Amino acid sequence: MTTDNKLKKNHPQKANWVPGVLIAIAVSYLALVQYIPAINVFFQAFRKGIIPFFANLSTPQFLHAAWLTLLLAAITLPINTVFGLCAAWAITRHKFPGRAIVISIIDLPFSISPVVAGLMLVLVYGKRGWFGGFLEATDLQIIFGFPGMLLATSFVSMPFVAREVIPVLEEFGKDQEEAARTLGANEWQIFWRVTLPSVRWGLLYGLILTNARTMGEFGAISVVSGNIIGKTQTLPLFVEDAYKQYETEAAFSAAVLLALLAVVTLVLKEILERKTHIQDVE
Amino acid sequence: MKASMTLETNRKVPFWKVFIDNVIHLPWTWRITIAYLTFMLLMPITALFLKASTLPTAEFWEIATSPLALATYNVTFITAILAALLNGVFGTLIAWVLVRYDFPLKKIFDATVDLPFALPTAVAGLTLATVYSENGWIGSFLAPLGIKLSFTRAGVWVAMIFISLPFVIRTVEPVLQEMEHDVEEAAWSLGASQWETFWKVILPPLFPTILTGVALGFSRAVGEYGSIVIISSNTPFQDLIAPVLIFQRLEQYDYAGATVIGVVLLLISLVLLLGINFLQAWSRRYDNR
Repeated sequence: MTTDNKLKKNHPQKANWVPGVLIAIAVSYLALVQYIPAINVFFQAFRKGIIPFFANLSTPQFLHAAWLTLLLAAITLPINTVFGLCAAWAITRHKFPGRAIVISIIDLPFSISPVVAGLMLVLVYGKRGWFGGFLEATDLQIIFGFPGMLLATSFVSMPFVAREVIPVLEEFGKDQEEAARTLGANEWQIFWRVTLPSVRWGLLYGLILTNARTMGEFGAISVVSGNIIGKTQTLPLFVEDAYKQYETEAAFSAAVLLALLAVVTLVLKEILERKTHIQDVE
Repeated sequence: MKASMTLETNRKVPFWKVFIDNVIHLPWTWRITIAYLTFMLLMPITALFLKASTLPTAEFWEIATSPLALATYNVTFITAILAALLNGVFGTLIAWVLVRYDFPLKKIFDATVDLPFALPTAVAGLTLATVYSENGWIGSFLAPLGIKLSFTRAGVWVAMIFISLPFVIRTVEPVLQEMEHDVEEAAWSLGASQWETFWKVILPPLFPTILTGVALGFSRAVGEYGSIVIISSNTPFQDLIAPVLIFQRLEQYDYAGATVIGVVLLLISLVLLLGINFLQAWSRRYDNR
């Protein structure tokens, strides 16, 4: 507002209609691409009322898919937290050549297509893959089973924690950790009492993004899971499957839950962005 | 103290000895990081390349350039570039509006830009297919004009626009925020029009950043699977994209076919990643001035 007024004062001949038109174009574009489709999810799910909606959500297939999605997130989150914290600590606390390359390597899962990620897992753990013979001999099933889905979700959501924690750790610096060290704290104590509290908001932010990606992942999981209803079907797979079977209402009922997950993610993201920002200023 | 010690040893013993010594005495954080990266990333990528290397070069080339594969590259890459370019224009405009203007509900507007990051792709595909179908909210307005979006290549384009939009906005926004007003005002006081100021003063330093955003969006659109598999009819030579072709090959247990297309996609994403890193370095050039 202030900048706008200032500009106007400097330039009386400046066209007043420009901001209005630009804002209108921006809002319309976002409406066409994002808002109308987003509202449509809720509209379609509740089109026939609340009762069919809940009927769709109490089928055994749906309940199993929801349970599996939660389970995947519950295991992926801690694994990727440990990795992300270790990677962030290692990268920010040691100066070494090729640091940029290591960060790029950690970011790789973002640029690899989820389907290619799934394909790679099939080539390692599938029947005709590297460990195929060994896995068959020991009766372990990774592809078309829960372990494969776990690997796929961990893969696609791997970089989030490290990526959010690295800038916070860098900003925070080593001073307090070194002060703690000279006061006789051991590495564990330094980590729990000094480092972790300082990165907590960044870590939480990374975890929220990890969670959203884990629960919503579709491509990699559909390659490795085999999509067996009531066995290896997660919520996004349930959505696609129901849609393909022309059970549009069931598809949209499940989609509403995933859309609510997205809303919660966006709200928490906004809050945490503010928190981390305030910390930066201090 | 530690640093000075390494410097001293550097002078006395050869480099490789220091290197091996460092590797052996790695802190445990590094060990976990390296082990996890090896297990999760390096091993699968190696498996993909090793599998591809078992194919004779001629056969690899034949599969990679078969008419069907070429048609999927055409749909994937041309459509992704068209989506990313459109978002380059509108994303920059939205970032500009978010940084420079104030209007009611701006906070919500700003927060919802990230919706494609948070909304699962299956849901995005489902709702886009419905909204842009012939009797959908938007599609029903386009149908009388003879425009069909869902289950065509144009639908693939719409899905790619959806998932790549935030990349442009979120890349351009911070750079625009840091840009000084002074230069613009100087241009104005020298008599430049608004349009000239934008074209000659604001756009040139912003251009590498916009290009980075476009490249990021493009890279995401090329790999996208979930929303596109739902909104397209997956018809070969029409709207079949490369990731879906990989999936179909795997379903037919054609591992060689899947691997070849997978390697092509992976190599292209690696080239894109390099390009994006280069673009980011290029746009940072302006920071130091």
